Amino acid sequence: MIDARPFLELRGIVKRFPGVLALNGVSLDVRAGEVHALLGENGAGKSTLIKTIAGVYRPDAGDIRLDGRIASIRNPHDAQALGISTIFQEFTLAPDMTVAENIFLGREPLRVRALSIIDRKQLIRRTRDVLASLDLSIDAEATVRHLGVAQHQMIEIAKALSLDARLIIMDEPTATLTSHEIDRLFESIGRLKARGVAVVYVSHRLDEVKAICDRATILRDGAYVATVPVASTTVDEMIRLMVGRDLKDKFPKTAFDPGEEVLRVERLTRAGVLHGISFSVRRGEIVGIAGLVGSKRTETARAIFGADPIDSGRIFLRGTPVKVRTPADAIANRVALVPEDRKRQGIFAVLSVRENIVLSALRLFSRNGILDLRRETRRAQELVSALRVSTPDVEKRVLDLSGGNQQKVVIAKWLNTDAEVFLFDEPTRGIDVGGKIEVYRLMGDLLARGAAIVMISSELPEILGMSDRILVMRDGRICGEFDRADATEEKILNCALRGVSDPAA
Amino acid sequence: MPAVILGLAVIFGTINPNFWSVTNMANVSRQMSILALLAIGQTFAILSGGIDLSVGSLLALVSVVCAQTMKTFGLVEGITAGLLAGTVAGLISGLIIARARVPAFIATLGMLVAARGAALTLSGGLPIAGLPREFLVLGAGYIGPFPIPTVIAATAFVLAHVILSRTRFGRYVYAMGSNEEAAVLSGINVANYKMLVYITSGLFAGLAGVILTARVISGQPTLGEVQELYSIAAVVIGGGRISGGVGGIGTTLMGVLVLGILGNGLNLVQVSSYIQNIVIGAIIVGAVWIDLARERRR
Repeated sequence: MIDARPFLELRGIVKRFPGVLALNGVSLDVRAGEVHALLGENGAGKSTLIKTIAGVYRPDAGDIRLDGRIASIRNPHDAQALGISTIFQEFTLAPDMTVAENIFLGREPLRVRALSIIDRKQLIRRTRDVLASLDLSIDAEATVRHLGVAQHQMIEIAKALSLDARLIIMDEPTATLTSHEIDRLFESIGRLKARGVAVVYVSHRLDEVKAICDRATILRDGAYVATVPVASTTVDEMIRLMVGRDLKDKFPKTAFDPGEEVLRVERLTRAGVLHGISFSVRRGEIVGIAGLVGSKRTETARAIFGADPIDSGRIFLRGTPVKVRTPADAIANRVALVPEDRKRQGIFAVLSVRENIVLSALRLFSRNGILDLRRETRRAQELVSALRVSTPDVEKRVLDLSGGNQQKVVIAKWLNTDAEVFLFDEPTRGIDVGGKIEVYRLMGDLLARGAAIVMISSELPEILGMSDRILVMRDGRICGEFDRADATEEKILNCALRGVSDPAA
Repeated sequence: MPAVILGLAVIFGTINPNFWSVTNMANVSRQMSILALLAIGQTFAILSGGIDLSVGSLLALVSVVCAQTMKTFGLVEGITAGLLAGTVAGLISGLIIARARVPAFIATLGMLVAARGAALTLSGGLPIAGLPREFLVLGAGYIGPFPIPTVIAATAFVLAHVILSRTRFGRYVYAMGSNEEAAVLSGINVANYKMLVYITSGLFAGLAGVILTARVISGQPTLGEVQELYSIAAVVIGGGRISGGVGGIGTTLMGVLVLGILGNGLNLVQVSSYIQNIVIGAIIVGAVWIDLARERRR
């Protein structure tokens, strides 16, 4: 049931950062019991807006009203007290504490108030109640570190609920979830709705927005564009509102013209992790690897790249068996890895765009160990414009770039090496629609130059849209292989979930 | 930061005009040179995402090894042995950190305690006197108007700056400190470069130890206590990030100048050394606090 009176109203919100007008008079209203999508490309101002609602930033101008009354949200604590909870992309759980300790962190039920002695029994009972109300089967006494990403997400939601939140902001909650886990999340959101909790839902995945959101507000370049009812608005219309133009083709797939085999792995095995992985990739080909989170796709890429050890199995490059013990060995054999966790494994946040771009190929920019900074700058500028990285100059810290641009910097780094086998692990995670297409185009350019690509992705449309062949992994094994022509979401899912490639089996 | 240094200098110079005298300037720079050399080594360690707690104790070990070898074999042998002692100690720390993967804080904490113990064992806890008079030149001599330790420290600053800003090794130091995992995945042999970082730090401690031995013209097993902490302070006061990746020789130079001028200036205006410590403590925290506040406002 949707209450017509808005719980949250924002009017004319303005937020300036040095040199940037991040929000330019943005309005938004969210009703109780409504799931309200916030859409826009990276840099459109979504993050700034939700941080403003959450009390992380204070607006330079504009009103925030709750239940029709002007609210003063000076810090995250105020926001929480007013019933606003935010689930950020970066997890805010303490990994070495239990689920219960995390959910009630800072407001533990006490037994002897004066001595601040925690009432453990009550803590666990109340945690179980919250978890049960969301129909979650998570052990209240489990250590958070030992739980999966999806469960972390659920714990964050449980925590928000236990705070009696009336508005929960979710920032890309499904970015790291598998489709099965996403279903569970959507069930939880359904229950929140039924209780009259309002949800602001930030996501780049428009199919999800179609599935669970009631209305959507679209931002572009820090400005309000429109608020539309989701049911009567097509995905294409939403994209048009986000980018301000029509996007003809979401997956700019180039014609497949296979060359000779570049990479082949045979019976790659690592005890307890990988069990006899064999496959090959040809020049001009994209081999997509689908599977659930935890199916060891990342581990496969890391093993090929020499980042993790293998117990047995062989790797052939251009027909020759090679020993790959370290990433340096892999790079010398012209292999590149674009890792899934950009922040932790891909970028050097406090270093400049230039320093990031040249890092894997410093030999090319140095003579007798002395760096040629001018040549570095020239090359970085070339790649920044070739890849259309949006940055004022190459000396900007990568930290200050948007996710899509950071990813382009990571890819640019490998364009300096003579890599011809590219292992892409979740190449477009957390990147907006426009940025995704740019990454796909880059892949096309690489193929045209004779590269071979292995692309791990949890987004099935991406797998189906970009791959020439699709491998499905489950529990460290390849359990199915499909050609582009006869792959469907159903077949892949069935294989990933049940480990069989034939739906009838 | 340069404004702060200038401000300090103007204040001290106004209160006591002797501050600006050539003799005093020579003195300050000579005193600062030991801390400067330790801080240069520390800059490599901290920038790379680590830390070297052993540099103070290494002064003592180097001093003892240098003096004993010099008495037995001669001047050049003594200096060489001193430099070698620091380098080998750095190599051992480096091996423990890079190969056995013990956190730098723990590995160099162990070295801090062990090196002091080694210095006391080798010397029997007593100073080693009777070093050749020529050795004194290294600590007390001049090149033109400049004290020799000052010239050595200045040269070391230039050299370290070139290494950090213009060589592959230097760039990798920043990369490791910014994101070690990404550095590994970019094909950098992180283990080797980490070892090189602690060898470098040990070598600079060796150099500092030899010069200090020349200044006191004896081997002293008690030298350098808490100097490792001052070297860390010098790195962070100027703006070096304690977790690595941000900073450089320029910011470390600023930190060394602040600590050096403060110590000398407070002496000249007759502030007791007890109170000096309180002031320096406050400055260390204050400088980093201001730096962080500025960063947050970005």
